[in-house]
Amino acid sequence: MAITFSTASTREVYGRTLVELGKQNRDIVVLGGDLNKSTFTHLFAEEFPDRFFDFGPAEQNIMGVAAGLAASGKIPFVSTFAVFGMCRPFDQVRVSISQPALNVKIVCTHAGLLTGEDGMSAQGIEDLSLACSLPSFNVVAPADSIETSQAITAASKTHGPFYIRLYRPATPVVHDESYQFKLGRADLLRNGSDMTIITIGPMAAQGLEAAEIMAEKGVHCRVVNLHSLRPIDEEAIVDAAIHTGAIVTAEEHLLHGGLSSVVSQTLALRAPTPMEVVGLQGYAESGKPAQLFEKYKIATTNIVDAVDRVMERKRN
Amino acid sequence: MVGTGFSVPELESIAKGLRRDIIEMTYVASSGHPGGSLSEIDLLTALYFGILDIDPNEPDRSDRDRFILSKSHASPGLYAVLSKRGFFPHEELTSFRAIESRLQGHAHVMTPGVDMSGGSLGQGLSFGVGCALAAKLGSEAYRTYVLIGDGECDEGQVWEAAMSEDHYHLDNLTAIIDRNGIQNDRFTSDVMKLEPLADKWKAFGWRVIETDGHDMEQIICAVGEAQSYTAGPSVIIAKTVKGKGVSFMENNPAFHGSPPNKEQYDKALIELN
Repeated sequence: MAITFSTASTREVYGRTLVELGKQNRDIVVLGGDLNKSTFTHLFAEEFPDRFFDFGPAEQNIMGVAAGLAASGKIPFVSTFAVFGMCRPFDQVRVSISQPALNVKIVCTHAGLLTGEDGMSAQGIEDLSLACSLPSFNVVAPADSIETSQAITAASKTHGPFYIRLYRPATPVVHDESYQFKLGRADLLRNGSDMTIITIGPMAAQGLEAAEIMAEKGVHCRVVNLHSLRPIDEEAIVDAAIHTGAIVTAEEHLLHGGLSSVVSQTLALRAPTPMEVVGLQGYAESGKPAQLFEKYKIATTNIVDAVDRVMERKRN
Repeated sequence: MVGTGFSVPELESIAKGLRRDIIEMTYVASSGHPGGSLSEIDLLTALYFGILDIDPNEPDRSDRDRFILSKSHASPGLYAVLSKRGFFPHEELTSFRAIESRLQGHAHVMTPGVDMSGGSLGQGLSFGVGCALAAKLGSEAYRTYVLIGDGECDEGQVWEAAMSEDHYHLDNLTAIIDRNGIQNDRFTSDVMKLEPLADKWKAFGWRVIETDGHDMEQIICAVGEAQSYTAGPSVIIAKTVKGKGVSFMENNPAFHGSPPNKEQYDKALIELN
């Protein structure tokens, strides 16, 4: 039984949310690097031209300017693509923003293999790992457009640096309007007692699809959307380990340093449990996202296979 | 008097005391960067005792002038002048680079009076753009000063920032280049050709003011000239001598990042008496 999801663009919702926040808080300023239509921050620029600054593709400078604005009482949102907002200016983010823990919000679009045809240079598959290596940063990858809007609002009201990861294509909507995002608190998407699939970002929909397929085989999966890698909801991970006894993580990011690393560390320290991982082993290539997900083994079927493997380990 | 409350001889006397502090700090820590601290210290003295609108009792006052030490390895000079200005006790200087100290190897905002955490070259001018833009947004009158090393101008980010300051007409920002001619390994001219440095800044839309970075009267005049220029940002290229004030450190690349030993320490303090 396939599940049908509607889809919506996380980046477009981000742009619209920023405009609403900009109306409420005059300290919010937005910085861009010549990709403002792609990140939808052009909507903010049209509404508040005096509070929008384009620096061209000069990301090192952008991060430093954001730091100076934050140190002077503003709330800067910096937006570009994941590879340009975290990978390229990493040192500027580390020294100018993270070490003094300044109130800068880096919101990057076009993350991961969903970026597709632009190829490996444009596919930010290490951004979460880099962001998690910055100790003062809050790190959030929303599952869908509804969570995006709430995560952006939370970031604007929570002092401190944030990295928020968004996507190029419209992605499945797994929440309804009643959903309430809580920073650092995992989101239970589906309950189940046999094992737990932990997802991040738009992999939530695939986690739910895999759970549906497994249900037909008599395996009842819990599905947890772990949208925040920092602060991390360790209790939700430990609870899943104790009450379901097996874990699969699914991410469209490098296995090294992303969701699987964070979850496996928590399990190793607090509740050793059979675990399988779905994620990327290395760089990919140009192609349509669905083709890439299949070739690089992060499709729904790969999650199903991982659940089968982990259930086998649990039984033995 | 130069209109600052301190006469030129008084400023010179303060700077001489700060040079002794720099020698003391780097000797006690047995590490640190004396050369660039000694080259910048007359500029810092003029700024902190003659120019900046700051209050040691309220270091984070929102309308204070900002001073960004982009060449953050020259932190001994900054700590010496902040202490002398009353931001923290003089005795604290000898905790420089020691564990549990507020005086980190490279300047960090944990120190009262330090406006930016640095340590990776090329980042200060961008930070200054942020401070200056925030002032414009809030219609605040404070000014932002950024001190950059000459070797630091090898960093591409300096020029990204330089372009954006002109683009946003940041006449409330002044960059100062400590043009001492020596960087970590060697003379700047041997590492990477910077000249014609003034022409490069002019080409990026900046008003360029050249001055002697050890002449108090000239420094204060140059800053005054920068303040009165309203068509865009200004840069003061301050010709300095690395290690200035200690004969065997002057123009000697060895003292960029090496502290004095006991014999050198004693000799330096005699010279600075």
